[in-house]
Amino acid sequence: MIDLDSFHELLETLLRNKTRSFLTGFGVFWGVFMLVALMGGGAGMKELLNNNFEGFATNSAMIWEQPTTKPYHGFRKGRYWNLTTSDVERLHQQVPQLDVISPMASKWGVQAVHDDHKFNGNVKGLLPEYAKVEAPKLYYGRFINDMDIAQQRKVCVIGKKVYKTLFPKGGDPCGQFIRLDSVYYSVVGVDYGGGNMNINGSAEESISIPLSLMQRAFNMGENIEMIAITAMRGVAISDITPRIREVIARPHDIDPTDEKAVMVFNTEVLFGLLDSLFEGVDLLIWLVGIGTLLAGAIGVSNIMMVTVKERTTEIGIRRAIGATPRVILVQIISESILLTTVAGMSGILFAVLILQMLELGFTEDGIVQSHFQVSFWTAIGAAALLAALGILAGLAPAGRAMAIKPVDAMREE
Amino acid sequence: MIHLHGVHKTYAGAQPLHVLKGIDLDIAEGELVSIMGASGSGKSTLLNILGILDDYDEGEYRLAGTLIKGLSETRAAEYRNRMIGFIFQSFNLIGFKTAVENVELPLFYQGVSRRKRHQMAMEELEKMGLTDWATHYPNEMSGGQRQRVAIARALVTRPQIILADEPTGALDSKTGVDVMELLKRLNREEKITMIIVTHDPNVASQTNRIIRIKDGVIEG
Ligand SMILES: Nc1ncnc2c1ncn2[C@@H]1O[C@H](COP(=O)(O)OP(=O)(O)OP(=O)(O)O)[C@@H](O)[C@H]1O
Ligand SMILES: [Mg+2]
Repeated sequence: MIDLDSFHELLETLLRNKTRSFLTGFGVFWGVFMLVALMGGGAGMKELLNNNFEGFATNSAMIWEQPTTKPYHGFRKGRYWNLTTSDVERLHQQVPQLDVISPMASKWGVQAVHDDHKFNGNVKGLLPEYAKVEAPKLYYGRFINDMDIAQQRKVCVIGKKVYKTLFPKGGDPCGQFIRLDSVYYSVVGVDYGGGNMNINGSAEESISIPLSLMQRAFNMGENIEMIAITAMRGVAISDITPRIREVIARPHDIDPTDEKAVMVFNTEVLFGLLDSLFEGVDLLIWLVGIGTLLAGAIGVSNIMMVTVKERTTEIGIRRAIGATPRVILVQIISESILLTTVAGMSGILFAVLILQMLELGFTEDGIVQSHFQVSFWTAIGAAALLAALGILAGLAPAGRAMAIKPVDAMREE
Repeated sequence: MIHLHGVHKTYAGAQPLHVLKGIDLDIAEGELVSIMGASGSGKSTLLNILGILDDYDEGEYRLAGTLIKGLSETRAAEYRNRMIGFIFQSFNLIGFKTAVENVELPLFYQGVSRRKRHQMAMEELEKMGLTDWATHYPNEMSGGQRQRVAIARALVTRPQIILADEPTGALDSKTGVDVMELLKRLNREEKITMIIVTHDPNVASQTNRIIRIKDGVIEG
C-alpha cells in the first residue's frame, strides 16, 4: 500500500510542517508516557512495599505479651506477665495445627564493638527455625544452626547496617569476633534481609545469637519476648487464634478472651489488605493511563480534523493534478499512523528512560531493590495499541479529506 | 478535441442558480482560444467542467472522443492527470514544497520514479528559465516566476489540453505579456490545445478565437 516513495512524500509533508506535526503528536506522546510510566512505577512501588514484608511467611503470626486488660481468677486487670519457654512447649503439645513455633528474645541498645568501630543495635535471641518465618537473605556465611544451639557456640549473624558500621572496609567478616558487653561472639553470617516489618527491631540493625545463649548472657532466665509461628498448610491462622490464646492464657491466669494481653498479630490479614490495595492501585493506573492515551488519540483526531480543513487548498491542488481520493485517504491515515507511532515510541522511550533512572536510584550494592522497568512485551503491546489508535484517529479526518473536491479548493482562497 | 452539446449546469442551494443554459462548443486540436464574459457569467464553471473538476447536469461532453459523464472520482483524477494541465489565477502551488517538487507532484501521482520525475521536472523548469529557482519555495518567488512554475507543472505530464483560468489576472501587464508569449509559443511549438479564460481584451486578441459567454449561453 505504501512504498518508499510515498513514505518519503509523507515524511516530507510532516517534517515541513513541524509545528503542526509536533502539536498533533504531543497528545499521544504524553498519553503513552503516562501509561507506561504509571505501569512501571506502579509495579515498582508495589515491589518496594512488598519488600517491607520480604521473606515473611504469609501464614505466620507473632505472639507477644502485654499487660492484661481483663480481671481473671481474682487478679486485677493491668497486671504484667511474661512469656516463657514453657509456653512454647505447651503450644507444641496442644496446638498440632502449628508448623514452626519459634521463640525469640531481644534487647535494645546493646553496643557491638569490632576494633574501634561501635554500633548500637539490638540483640535478638533466636532458634534456627526462625528462618522459616522470616527468611534471611544471607550476603555472607550462614544462619544460626542446630549445632550452634546444641554446643552453646558463641556465634552471631549480623544485619546489614551492623556489618557496614563494624566492617567499613567490607569483605567477608565470617570468623571474626565482635564484642557485646563483655562477651565475644564469632560472626558466622551477614543478613541483608531488608524487611522493614520491624519484628523486634529491623533486621538491618540486629545482631542475632542463639536464644539460650542470650537468656544466659543477659540474665533473662526462662523469659522470652515473642513467639513466631507459622500454621500448617491449609490452616488459616485466624481460625486457630482463639485456641492459641487459650493455651497460653490458662497457665498464666489470664482471661482466654483477653485479646490485648496475649497479642496474636496475624500477617495474613496484613497481606490480604495489601493485596486488595494493590488491586485498586492497578485498576486506577489502567484507568488513568488508558484515559490519557484515549484523550491523546482524540486530540490527534481533532487536530488532524482542523488540519485537513486548513489543508483544503493543498488537498484540492493534489486532487486537481491527479491524486485519487484513495491516495488522499491513504495519505491522511498514514500521516496519522506515522505521527502516533513516532510520538508513541518517543513516549515509550522516555518512560523507559525515567523508569530506568528510578530503578538505578533504588539499587544498592548492585542489588536491585525494586523493578520499575516495564517488560519488553508490555512495550510491544503499547506500540501495537498505538498503531491501532493511529488508524482510528486518522479515520474521521481522512473521510473529510476524501470529500474535498478540487473545485472547493480553488474557491477557498 | 473538445465537443460540448447542450451542457447545463445548476448550482444547488437555497436558491438554485442555473449558470450554464445549454452550451454548444467545439474546439479542435491545437487551437488557442479564449473565453470572455462578464463576471459571474459562468466562465470558471465552464472551465471546471472542461477540466473534469466539476460535473454537469445535462447534455454531453466529449474529450478526445471519450464521453465524460458521471465518472468516478478515481477515473476523473486519472483523466485530469494524463490529459489536462491546469493554470490558475492564484497559481495554486503547494507552499511547503519547492518549485521543482511542485512540478514533480503530478508525476508522483502517475507513479513515475523519483529520479525520472526529478529529471523531467528540471527539464521543464529549464524551459521556463527557472533552473536557478528550482529549490526555492513559492513565497520566495515573484508572481511571474510562480506562474511559470505552475505552467511547468501543467506541462510536465505532456497534456493534450491546457486550461488556464485568468493566468495573467494576478500579474502586472509586463509579466502578463511574458506569460502570454510563453503560452502562445507552447501552443505553436508543442501543438497543445489551449483554452484561456480572461477579462483582458489584449490577452483575448492574441488567441485564434474568442468565445463569449452571456446569460449562460455562447454568443454569436
Ligand atoms: N460552487 C458553487 N456553488 C454555488 N454557486 C456557485 C458556485 N461556483 C460558482 N457559483 C456561482 O455561479 C456563478 C458563475 O460563477 P463563475 O465562477 O463561473 O463565474 P465567472 O464567470 O468565472 O466569474 P469571474 O469572472 O468573476 O471569475 C456565480 O454567480 C457564482 O456565484
Ligand atoms: Mg472565474
